[in-house]
Amino acid sequence: MAMALPLAYASSVVHPFEAGRLSFSTKATKHKKQIYQFRNVTKVLAYYGLTNPPYKLDALEPYMSRRTLELHWGNIHRGYSDSLNKQLANSPLYGCTMEELIKTTFNNGNPLPEYNNAAEVWNHDFFWESMQPNGGRLPWGGVLDQIEKDFGSFSNFRDEFVHSAMMLFGSGWVWLVLKTNERRLSIVRTSNALCPLVWGDIPIISLDMWEHAYYLDYKDDVSKYVNNFMDHLISWHSATARMVRAEAFVNLGEPKIPVA
Amino acid sequence: MQHHTLSCCGGVRASLPPPTLSFRWSKIKREGGRRLPRCARIAAQLELKPPPYSLSSLEPHMSRETLEYHWGRHHRAHVASLNNLIAGTDLDGMGLDEIVVVSYNKGNPLPLFVHAAQVWNHDFFWQSIKPGGGGRPSGRLMELIERDFGSFDRMLEEFKRAALTQFGSGWAWLVYKANRLDVGNAVNPCPSEKDNKLVVLKSPNAVNPIVWDYSPLLAIDVWEHAYYLDYENRRADYVSIFLEKLVSWEVVSDRLDVAIERAAERAREDETRRQEDDAAVTHSEAVEMYLDSDTDDSEAE
Repeated sequence: MAMALPLAYASSVVHPFEAGRLSFSTKATKHKKQIYQFRNVTKVLAYYGLTNPPYKLDALEPYMSRRTLELHWGNIHRGYSDSLNKQLANSPLYGCTMEELIKTTFNNGNPLPEYNNAAEVWNHDFFWESMQPNGGRLPWGGVLDQIEKDFGSFSNFRDEFVHSAMMLFGSGWVWLVLKTNERRLSIVRTSNALCPLVWGDIPIISLDMWEHAYYLDYKDDVSKYVNNFMDHLISWHSATARMVRAEAFVNLGEPKIPVA
Repeated sequence: MQHHTLSCCGGVRASLPPPTLSFRWSKIKREGGRRLPRCARIAAQLELKPPPYSLSSLEPHMSRETLEYHWGRHHRAHVASLNNLIAGTDLDGMGLDEIVVVSYNKGNPLPLFVHAAQVWNHDFFWQSIKPGGGGRPSGRLMELIERDFGSFDRMLEEFKRAALTQFGSGWAWLVYKANRLDVGNAVNPCPSEKDNKLVVLKSPNAVNPIVWDYSPLLAIDVWEHAYYLDYENRRADYVSIFLEKLVSWEVVSDRLDVAIERAAERAREDETRRQEDDAAVTHSEAVEMYLDSDTDDSEAE
């Protein structure tokens, strides 16, 4: 996941608090010496790096072509990341994890300009990790149990997911989320860059329904794209790991009250 | 079965040649051999109009494949969905402009709005471009552009910026905006041509400026399906090529003329209405007014 790294630049104001921070500077040695002498201070900026998908760009063939990934990750995702960093250079937001940044910039429905970029960086990270080569098929264990509990059966869930994706008009995402208040899994469809994190829900799997995600491979055949995602790409390993983490925040258990 | 091709309603309102409607008579009750039945259920079906050029004629700026998918599949699907959704409802038989405005429902759109608007938008879009397009406009259009944007290049810059900053899917527009209040008794005391301006705007997904009562002159589709096959993610290149090589400024000029005429006609209507209102006030009987009585005595005595 993208992490915040402080990037130090010399300036003239002294902040003892900042003095002890690690700085990652690529400037000349003289400059480095200045920083280590804590004489000039640092205007510390937030910086979010672009992470790589956890597989090679051609690993998802033939369901998602290498060219799509080259453009989708290499240009579009990278573009969001660069734009975000450029915006943050002039912004007071600092010290947030990516998730905190999204919630902050969402500003309860009145998003700040950084929101779109931040959310899209996170969304795409999440999306790459929601897929794997040789994915698809069925989940197992706790995830399968929870799906069966909340949707009736896996095929109900699958149908609902595909249906939700087909119903989306315009650009957006389809998510399998764990709703923290309702304490159940649910399928959610969001527009543009909206991310269920802003409602405090915990996403488990996402599918990018922006046209750039599928147009080169499937053109307008959205149903084939979504079905291929479900059958061959979706990473239930990731879903399991995310559910495990989510259960630290949401109590899905039911007390086993012994019947007297 | 009789087939009629009629122009749709609202002559001056339409800023593009209206889509052809073919009427199909269904459930006809014939009486005495009369062709025109007493009560017939007319199902007006909107048709998919082809662009006014062949699908491969916009090469290399917009490939044949793009047009085959964009027009042949996306646009066609919207027409089919729209026909399905309006069949048997009040909207059946209305002109497309009216369907769009009615289904927009002042910001609370009906489900069929997206289809109606996308059919309208795409018709408009195909008409806005042509093989060998581009260049510069002239005449009244150029004058207004220079008046409202400073220069033609500034207008292009603003248009490009709108197209590039439309996040997600949508459209960027050049519209003619006749500034009027959307209130029944709104009166412009000194109406003049200068109140009407050219404006660049962008809209998300399927929204279209006729719902805000503007007169669109030019549109560019910035949904990714419009450019992804030819330009991949390089929207900026697509928009530049669109403006340099594809735009049909003649069509835009014609639309501007229609828009100006429409605005002038509505201004005249407003003026006559205002005069009638004034006349009505002066000729009506004196309004009964309740004045304070001369005495201070209370009536409840």
